Amino acid sequence: MTWRQRVGKAIPYVLLIISIIPITVGYLWLLISPFSTKTEGLRSLGWTLTNWSFLWKPPFGLNYPSIWRVTLNTFMVATSMAVFVVLVSSLAGYPLSRLKFAGRKSFLSLTLIVHAFPSVTLLIPIYFVLRFLHLFNTMVGVALVMVAFELPFGVWLMKGFFDNVSWDMERAALIDGASRFRVWWQIIIPTIKPGLAALAIFAFLSGWNAYLIPFTFTIGRAGKTAVLSVYLQNFQGDTVMTNWNMVTAVGLFQLIPVMFFFIFTQEYLLNIYAGGAKGGA
Amino acid sequence: MKVTLERLTKHFGKVVAAEDIDLDIGDGEFVALLGPSGCGKTTTLLMIAGIYKPTSGFVKFDGGVVNHLPPKDRNIGMVFQSYALYPHMTVFDNLTFPLKLKKTPKEEMAQRAQRVADMMGIGHLMDRKPAQLSGGQQQRVALGRALVKEPDMLLFDEPLSNLDARLRLSMRGEIKRLQMDLGITSIYVTHDQVEAMTMADRIAVMNEGLLQACATPDDLYDRPETLFVAGFIGNPPMNFTDVEVVRENGDYHARREAFDVLVPAERGEKAAGKGSVILGIRPEDVTLQEEGDVEAEIYIVEPLGRDDLLDCRFGGAAVRVLADPKLRTRIGDHVRLAFNMHKVQFFDPQTEKSLLWTD
Repeated sequence: MTWRQRVGKAIPYVLLIISIIPITVGYLWLLISPFSTKTEGLRSLGWTLTNWSFLWKPPFGLNYPSIWRVTLNTFMVATSMAVFVVLVSSLAGYPLSRLKFAGRKSFLSLTLIVHAFPSVTLLIPIYFVLRFLHLFNTMVGVALVMVAFELPFGVWLMKGFFDNVSWDMERAALIDGASRFRVWWQIIIPTIKPGLAALAIFAFLSGWNAYLIPFTFTIGRAGKTAVLSVYLQNFQGDTVMTNWNMVTAVGLFQLIPVMFFFIFTQEYLLNIYAGGAKGGA
Repeated sequence: MKVTLERLTKHFGKVVAAEDIDLDIGDGEFVALLGPSGCGKTTTLLMIAGIYKPTSGFVKFDGGVVNHLPPKDRNIGMVFQSYALYPHMTVFDNLTFPLKLKKTPKEEMAQRAQRVADMMGIGHLMDRKPAQLSGGQQQRVALGRALVKEPDMLLFDEPLSNLDARLRLSMRGEIKRLQMDLGITSIYVTHDQVEAMTMADRIAVMNEGLLQACATPDDLYDRPETLFVAGFIGNPPMNFTDVEVVRENGDYHARREAFDVLVPAERGEKAAGKGSVILGIRPEDVTLQEEGDVEAEIYIVEPLGRDDLLDCRFGGAAVRVLADPKLRTRIGDHVRLAFNMHKVQFFDPQTEKSLLWTD
């Protein structure tokens, strides 16, 4: 290979490496910082586990809520996201895909429009709704709002998965004597299991990482209604200097399930982008 | 069970899928719905099954209208082109699914499933999932699933299209035999006229949503009522050419450029004096003979093994002829063609109806 050819081949790699350096540096710091007393750039000035003390004793004093309660809250939100988004989306996606009814086309366009709508603009109206329902500053309220915001995407996705299932299989089941519900439950749903798994994981991660909605609709940063992303704010103070190492420790703590999920379920998540489910004729 | 279709029509918005289908199917009869893609045969079948609701018209089982009866109450079995087996269930579960829905007791379910599976030759595959079966085996499971509930009627939607040619041949015979033994009224949708001809008691030919004709295979072959039926049934297809039939000295002649052939009276009189008509003759009814009436040049020779299919041209017309391969004909040969005019067909060019068999 000539010198020119070598350079030509190398250039794309060089460009790619340059563009991911900032991200990589950020993540490296995220991995080094929690285990260091202080860091100078990426260099650790002393290895320690003290930053992780929040795991076994409440930070900032004994009366302060421990991180585990908050983790449980986050887990509850994420799980309800996974369960309800999948449940409602799969129930809604089936008639949208298979049945003819008035307003079907408008409903479909509506889900797309609503999905693209910036949710931030709705924060104030939703506050009034939650207040009215006495759900302000509750985990239920937060979960409800989060599920609602995720549904348009979920419905659209599920409809796509249902579209990919062959009509013949359903017709065969109808002729065999199944009701529509049975067809949905015993025939179609098992066929699109990969798609359901993908949506569940996606919804779970969305709930786990949520910040804006939990923050807006709950009071306090560590109470019964805090989630991890909100709890993190406790470590960033105005009165004392922020202990960044502790911040990154909590941040890494929040990151662990996400990493775990992603490593083991990558292929399921990619199903969403591939747009189809395996199975069906 | 007798099935009657009365003025059955199905529109999908502006698209007319099937229009005014009138059909009577006797108990235990095997009727094929034959036609090209998009002719409305599957639509008609699905209306009989209850999957589609007719836009107008009636579907009657044994005289009673069943338009509003859902598929599960019609006691029918259906076999799909894609087999439509439930991929996440074993063969056993696939076969017992209809019975489970009818709340049949477990033992009876297992018995009936095994009986049907043995009949289909798949009794040893009960624990496998559909993905672990060959195409032919999957098809047998599909057939078994349709039969296990002992239906009053069997519906087939191009079930052999996904099989290889060899398997198709053997399955054709098996399905026909099975239907005869069980005596279940069967409706079989296909675009393959060989399948229809070999399996059906009667064939209903459809085109563009309309029923063209319904008759026995022989009737359709020898006495086609429309131009479409004549051209669709039979392989290689019938030859068509424009002629005028005139009466001269008591004889009927069919004439066009470079073509003048005597027509037997009973056929000629129906076509005479109508101006230009369409003459139809099948390739096997044209032979190469030294005393033939028409001179032609061979344009293409297609060896088919048992015969040679010759494309012969004369006076601006083309005629396909099935000839004996031993004649060793070649492109460019000048030959004389003899037409078996006892088998000739005539059609009205405007209505496309047969001049011989319709009034």
